[in-house]
Amino acid sequence: MYNFLTELTGNEIIAAFISAMLPVVFIVPFVIFGVLAERKVSAHIQDRLGPMRVGYHGVLQTVADFFKLIQKEDIIAEGADRKFFNLAPYLVFVGSYAVYAALPFTSTYIGSETDIGLFYIIAVSGFAVAGILMGGWASNNKYSLYGALRSAAQIVSYEIPTALVILSMVMLTGTLSLATMSEMQTAYFWNWNIFGGAEWAFTKLLLIPFMFIAFIILYISTLAEVNRLPFDMPEAESELVAGYSTEYSGMKFAMFFLAEYGNMFAVSALVSVIFFGGYQSPFGYLGNSLGLQWLIPYEQLFWFALKGILFVLVQMWLRWTLPRVRVDQLMTICWKYLIPYSFANLIIIGLITLL
Amino acid sequence: MKQYFKNTWEGLWTVFVGMKITFKHLFVPSVTIQYPDVKVPLPERVRNRLYVNMDDCIGCDQCARACPVECIEIETVKSMPEEDLGKTSNGKKKALWVTKFNIDIAKCCYCQLCVFPCPTECIYMTDVYEFSEFKREDLLYKFSTLSGEETLQKKENFEKFQAEKEAQKAAEIKAKAEAAAKAKAESESKPNSDETKQSEPPKQENS
Ligand code: SF4
Ligand code: SF4
Repeated sequence: MYNFLTELTGNEIIAAFISAMLPVVFIVPFVIFGVLAERKVSAHIQDRLGPMRVGYHGVLQTVADFFKLIQKEDIIAEGADRKFFNLAPYLVFVGSYAVYAALPFTSTYIGSETDIGLFYIIAVSGFAVAGILMGGWASNNKYSLYGALRSAAQIVSYEIPTALVILSMVMLTGTLSLATMSEMQTAYFWNWNIFGGAEWAFTKLLLIPFMFIAFIILYISTLAEVNRLPFDMPEAESELVAGYSTEYSGMKFAMFFLAEYGNMFAVSALVSVIFFGGYQSPFGYLGNSLGLQWLIPYEQLFWFALKGILFVLVQMWLRWTLPRVRVDQLMTICWKYLIPYSFANLIIIGLITLL
Repeated sequence: MKQYFKNTWEGLWTVFVGMKITFKHLFVPSVTIQYPDVKVPLPERVRNRLYVNMDDCIGCDQCARACPVECIEIETVKSMPEEDLGKTSNGKKKALWVTKFNIDIAKCCYCQLCVFPCPTECIYMTDVYEFSEFKREDLLYKFSTLSGEETLQKKENFEKFQAEKEAQKAAEIKAKAEAAAKAKAESESKPNSDETKQSEPPKQENS
């Protein structure tokens, strides 16, 4: 993609810029869809209807909300630390946007074809914590501060099971690059990592249960990392008003929202790349059978988006199923359950790959 | 150790049970009623906004007296003898111009106490419950069918009539008084017995 753009524009800087902006084209519509889906899913789970008045069955509700947010006054509290207060939402968004650089949308488009994509993602996902802490501290509000501190504690502790599971997957596939990892799971869905990877051996069957455990651990801990219910301690509405975003209004609040939904998709995409083949179609490509090579990237984009959105929907489903956990339960789940399991899983997967 | 695995399994299992339940609810038809478009049918005896059918009102002021918060204000003017105000639907003859019939719905507590005493059943509860206003003054409902000019005219008419009546009365009294004075003068000129003298003053008073 980058090479293509370089040829097209004849300038590396412009090409890099365009290439870097492409995920925005994806994120913004996704957020508009995601917020609506969230409201609709929550409504139907509770036997309600959700937004119904803007457009057919309320499909334009988020667009209307977006325009409302733009028009809102940008309020900065008097006691707030203006510099950091203004900076924080952008930092949080940068943290979630940076993850997209290493996600392979199709076999032809990946923001940065780095060999250490997974490593990079683990590193930058900690970036959002800095933004959240900054926002919480600069707001000069006790609820914001509580939310920010909880968020920091939560994200830092849930990084460990995430990293351990990713480590076991790296052991299995032997690569840190997400693009290579998705390429390895090509062809049909039984080649996906969740079904033991592409290699046909008796180890494949042995791996399957441990892959499922790994998947569940990764899913739970990424859920906690993006502060979604049942782990939404940082913005627990009933306890902390709105957590670290209490003092924000207008576009800055929208920025936090954008970051949250961007993060949701990013971790879902990450899970789908690691376990479900990323952009790979589960049953071959239409482009191959029709002999239309140019169709394949579009199909891949479709599968990538579909898998990501599916996991986002599961996140929403979980959100409206489970009540919020307490802080001590949160830590118990992480340190007493997820980490020992992911350690055991790591060792077992290591042994099986040695076989 | 056994407990630990049991906990894990239970935690995971209950999550799946919960998810199954919420998934089922995704397809349960919703209970939402799209309010402004679809309205819940009201029960038969709801109490909402009052309405007064002025064609039937005889201006008897009973509703205003029954109201515990005094939000009904009625003013009436007597009609002329030659004016015919028609009859109410249940055959009562109307005799008063209702020049003012204001209900301050903002004060009304919807107790319906005003409805029962009405002899012609012309004040009653309707099923209108959407009547919010931006200003409190707009909640003062004026039911009188007479315009301001008409009201003034009726009042004038009545005052004139009253004045005429007074004048007539005064004239009558004067005439009587004169007649009495005449009679007295006559009786004084013709000296009478003491009894008649004493009996006469009460007669004058009576007239
Ligand atoms: S309903 Fe009750 S409060 Fe309202 S006008 Fe009638 S008597 Fe007064
Ligand atoms: S009680 Fe009925 S007739 Fe009498 S003044 Fe009230 S509304 Fe009119």
